[in-house]
Amino acid sequence: MVGATLATTRNILLNQGDIIMGLLEFARGEGLQIAVLIFAAGLIWRLVHLLLTIRKMDISEPRQGGERAGGLRTIFSRFVHHDAFRERTRNGTIIAYTFHIGLAIIFLGGAPHILFIESFSGLSWSPLPTVVIHVTAAITLAALIAAFVRRMRHPVLQMLSNFDDYFSWLVTILPVLTGLLAVAHIGARYETLLAIHILSFEAFLIWFPFGKLMHSIIVFGSRYTTGVTFTRRGARV
Amino acid sequence: MNEAVEKNPLEMDKQRFGIKEPEARYDLQGEVANEERVRRAMVNFAKDINRTTATYMEACVHCGQCAEACQYYVQTGDPKYTPIWKLEVFKQAYKREASPFAFLYRMFNLKRKVTVEQLEEWQELIYDSCTMCGRCSLMCPMGIDIATLVGQARHGMFKAGLVPHELHAVAERSDLEGSPLGATPEVFEDRADWMADEHDTEVNLNLDQADILVAMSSIEIMKYPNSIGATARILNAIGESWTFRSEGYEATNFGMLSGNVEWQKRSTMKLINAAINCGAKLVVLPECGHAYGALRWQGAAMYGKPLPFKVQHVSEFLADVISSGRLKVKKVDQSVTFHDPCQVSRRGGATQAPRVVMEALGVDLKEMTPSGDFNWCCGGGGGVVTIHRADKLRYKVFELKMEQIDDTGAETLLSTCSNCRQSFNDAQQHFNWDKSMESLLELVADNLVEDD
Repeated sequence: MVGATLATTRNILLNQGDIIMGLLEFARGEGLQIAVLIFAAGLIWRLVHLLLTIRKMDISEPRQGGERAGGLRTIFSRFVHHDAFRERTRNGTIIAYTFHIGLAIIFLGGAPHILFIESFSGLSWSPLPTVVIHVTAAITLAALIAAFVRRMRHPVLQMLSNFDDYFSWLVTILPVLTGLLAVAHIGARYETLLAIHILSFEAFLIWFPFGKLMHSIIVFGSRYTTGVTFTRRGARV
Repeated sequence: MNEAVEKNPLEMDKQRFGIKEPEARYDLQGEVANEERVRRAMVNFAKDINRTTATYMEACVHCGQCAEACQYYVQTGDPKYTPIWKLEVFKQAYKREASPFAFLYRMFNLKRKVTVEQLEEWQELIYDSCTMCGRCSLMCPMGIDIATLVGQARHGMFKAGLVPHELHAVAERSDLEGSPLGATPEVFEDRADWMADEHDTEVNLNLDQADILVAMSSIEIMKYPNSIGATARILNAIGESWTFRSEGYEATNFGMLSGNVEWQKRSTMKLINAAINCGAKLVVLPECGHAYGALRWQGAAMYGKPLPFKVQHVSEFLADVISSGRLKVKKVDQSVTFHDPCQVSRRGGATQAPRVVMEALGVDLKEMTPSGDFNWCCGGGGGVVTIHRADKLRYKVFELKMEQIDDTGAETLLSTCSNCRQSFNDAQQHFNWDKSMESLLELVADNLVEDD
């Protein structure tokens, strides 16, 4: 009787193990391929659509030249608010900078992430120390939670926010959270957490072209455009 | 007299010149079914979608930081005045009708169709509480020029017949009579004669040939006519070949402010044709903010090709002739502060020109905080000053301006926009405030070093 129960339990565990390994395999294989395909197709479609939209030429006489340089300058200058706006926007800016920089450090500095990048690009560089990545991930997680609380509580953000804002937040925080859980082995066995971590990143990739995550690309276009327009006028950008 | 003009009499005995407050408001123009209104609003908004505006529509991350740049939000704390929220229904329409995934939005009804009720609600946000001052555009981390999008939204609103009563009425009057304030060619000619006598100077009118065509704003012609005399004295002092022309003397463009592109074009073409008719090489625009933007930056688009003449705001012209030594001015022993008209400074790039003029006048310039490109708007631009129901909000916003000016401790307040000046004078009366706005142009004219 006991022997039979043990055998059943062992079979269940073996089956669970199979499922987990299968899930991990899927996440690393077909899942990733599907996610990258949707990401690439959506991204291309969204950018092509934008580039195919009719371009309106400004034929007013420019006050000065250097429009393109002004456009490029604006791409960088808008990373920092003008003095006149800094005080009133401090909280939002600090939170946004914290999680944006944090995400970049985690993705580009974490050893497993570099291996992942190397696997499809051949590019590789020295990873940051694990402790740096872990601390950064914890700070990033805190900043993302702060961003969420702020969005829920600030009257302006509350009013502006829609599904895209919350879902984009979700698919951004999940890879950070599951990554932390995986390295800390909290909540489930490592392979399970790793599979969930990879799948959450794939959810991020799949959502990327459909929602506001695209701002990470479009921001260059919108800043450049405004920079060109106002440089042409001799106005501040 | 035209029926539309007759129904909306002017009120010219108050500090604000404009349409008398209507007993019954008609903020919906024309007899059109609701669905058709919505269709027209969206079609005409979408018509203006180009790569620039589409990029802007795609770039917003709902960070809400633009609210902190907007005087309406800062002064009221009401989130509905967040600049990008003022475009929410148009963003909704863009996503549903013109965005890359419009088919998905429609198929799954992810973005609902805009309703006429929404558009009526948004009328206040698009017109009453946005002067298109562009402060938000200067602060948006994504670089979205929100003010331009509001102007585009107004095109849709006009076609849908959803313009605030008074703004529609002045814009219509302007198209019919050539002026929103009754400054018809005959009235202008009378005023030009009067100012010639008053200032003991030659006011050139309808010369066949002139190097410079000068234009005035209706507010100047009707409320501050000394601008006409001041301009003439300055141009005569430097011996310029210049003229006013009856077929194109009025630079304001209420077609643009109301959102009617056809009316905007007709107003602009009057100036362009007047300049071409007299062979002008330069058009000098008056102390009026939006008039500058309308011809300097949008004129060529209305004309369909580059303008065959240069365009300057009068402050730029003054800065040039003073810098080149052609115009000499006496020193003025006054402390002044300067209010930057948004469309000339922040949106127009001529921020330094008035400062060059003030430096020549030797005034003690006490800048506001913030000033120049970051200055707070007077609250009356974009046609807002014409709308009576917006007065309460406009005065609330003006408190910010009063505080800024009082803090400088300057004796005199100067600007280079007659619409700002009118908004200031109106608010001055409302608040019983001891400051009055003066014209930089008139200060220059009063302090000319004239050769005998």
